[in-house]
Amino acid sequence: MIYFDNAATTGVSPEVLDKMLPFFKERFGNPSSQFYEAGRSAKEALENAREIIAGCLNCDINEVFFTASGSEADNWAVKGAAEAGLAKGKNKIITSAIEHHAVLNTCKYLEKHGYEVVYLPVDENGTVLPQTLKDAVDDKTSIVSIMLANNEIGTIEPIAELAGIAHEAGALFHTDAVQAAGHIETDFKALGVDLLSISGHKFHAPKGVGALITRKGLRLPNLIHGGGQEKGRRAGTENVPYIVGMAYALKFACDNMEENTKKIKAIRDRLISGIEEKIPYVKLNGHREQRLPGNVNFSFKYIEGESLMLWLDMNSVAVSSGSACASGSLDPSHVLLAIGLPHEIAHGSLRLSIGDLNTMEEADKLLEILPPIVEKLRAMSPLYENK
Amino acid sequence: MYTEKVMDHFTNPRNVGEIENADGVGTVGNAKCGDIMKMYLKIENDVIVDIKFKTFGCGAAIATSSMATELVKGKSVDEALELTNKAVVEALGGLPPQKIHCSVLAEEAISAAVEDYCKKTGREFPKNKCTGCCGSCSAHKSDEERE
Repeated sequence: MIYFDNAATTGVSPEVLDKMLPFFKERFGNPSSQFYEAGRSAKEALENAREIIAGCLNCDINEVFFTASGSEADNWAVKGAAEAGLAKGKNKIITSAIEHHAVLNTCKYLEKHGYEVVYLPVDENGTVLPQTLKDAVDDKTSIVSIMLANNEIGTIEPIAELAGIAHEAGALFHTDAVQAAGHIETDFKALGVDLLSISGHKFHAPKGVGALITRKGLRLPNLIHGGGQEKGRRAGTENVPYIVGMAYALKFACDNMEENTKKIKAIRDRLISGIEEKIPYVKLNGHREQRLPGNVNFSFKYIEGESLMLWLDMNSVAVSSGSACASGSLDPSHVLLAIGLPHEIAHGSLRLSIGDLNTMEEADKLLEILPPIVEKLRAMSPLYENK
Repeated sequence: MYTEKVMDHFTNPRNVGEIENADGVGTVGNAKCGDIMKMYLKIENDVIVDIKFKTFGCGAAIATSSMATELVKGKSVDEALELTNKAVVEALGGLPPQKIHCSVLAEEAISAAVEDYCKKTGREFPKNKCTGCCGSCSAHKSDEERE
């Protein structure tokens, strides 16, 4: 199988699994049980994991709060900041039209409960223009939430600048860095944000573990009430093996980032130029330069994305699509619509997301497989007539 | 997600293409919804002697188009109008719930092509047949009402 869906998830690497395994068996203790060695040993691993993550993201150890997913971290950040803001008379939330559903649907939920939500538009590359935030943010704004890099089209947003604008108006700033952490430099201090979400399974940690980095001095309402775990803010016995796995996975990703980025970018650029050369009537979606190293997203005019995916699956290639059929609704991806694609072109989109385990040979293989599939589907498309 | 039969009709669709000087042509769906089906009929003595289709859409859209053409080929015009989306779904061994609308579209595409034939030949076309409205017309507001 050629796996070009690394933005959906990645497998746990053997090195990460090795680091995790002891915490399922010998070192199974509860980190809250400090009166015997097994508990202390688990606690030590937990705090060591926190330190590793803080090192990778350039934040303070005390700023790392573990969660069970990136979505949980996003929910906590946006709901928590909105609730805290309301207590100070702030009822406005600003986000972008291209956020992940973890942020978008949280905002919609808050909208239903009386908050005012502004969805900033993006330009044709998927970039949030700082001026739009300047125009929207005011002293009623509790939080601005803009993703660091988009999961579908790979566009990297000018977060440091946007965070500065939010702060000038007295608003908090959250960034969903789920697609960024472990893949591009993700420096909490340099970005200047108050809250930052990550998710382990995007960089070879297991599914079901994430973190919300919360700036020192910022106290959001507690997410889960219970014991004193995560300083009482997110109760529940810590998922020690997974947290350890996420820490080492992030460390390995950050240690090898330069080398991996070089390799992944080369594969990405081969795919982009190859598709543009070999297949007519295509459009690259997302920013050409300000783009995740592993993201390729194309619209293939006159055909529909699910059909493309099915054919690729039959050729043992795993990809994803922003077509309506892929999402289960009648509308294509909100991201593709937000960058101004007409519905029919958004339906024909394909995302290839490349990871460190992909090879140039796989890219070349895809470039052999894809053109005849597109041609076959176009030949039976009534939209392709007269072309 | 799809049955073997659906995948068979998706990968080897029957009757793909166009018919020059067709006796009836019908197009349903719209690109906005992500599905367009275009059917071409060759009709002799009220019998569909040839049928071709072109479809823009997902796997189910292509498979239902293909199956619908198979089901009406060689049938009389009246028989073709009796084709239901359920018959298409059954012939394909089932479809995921969110793909049922594709079978509705296939039924409507056949009806639309027959309607075109009826218009051209002055033949009467039944008023209760939908010819492609994406499910919003009175002919099929719900499955119960259809039955």
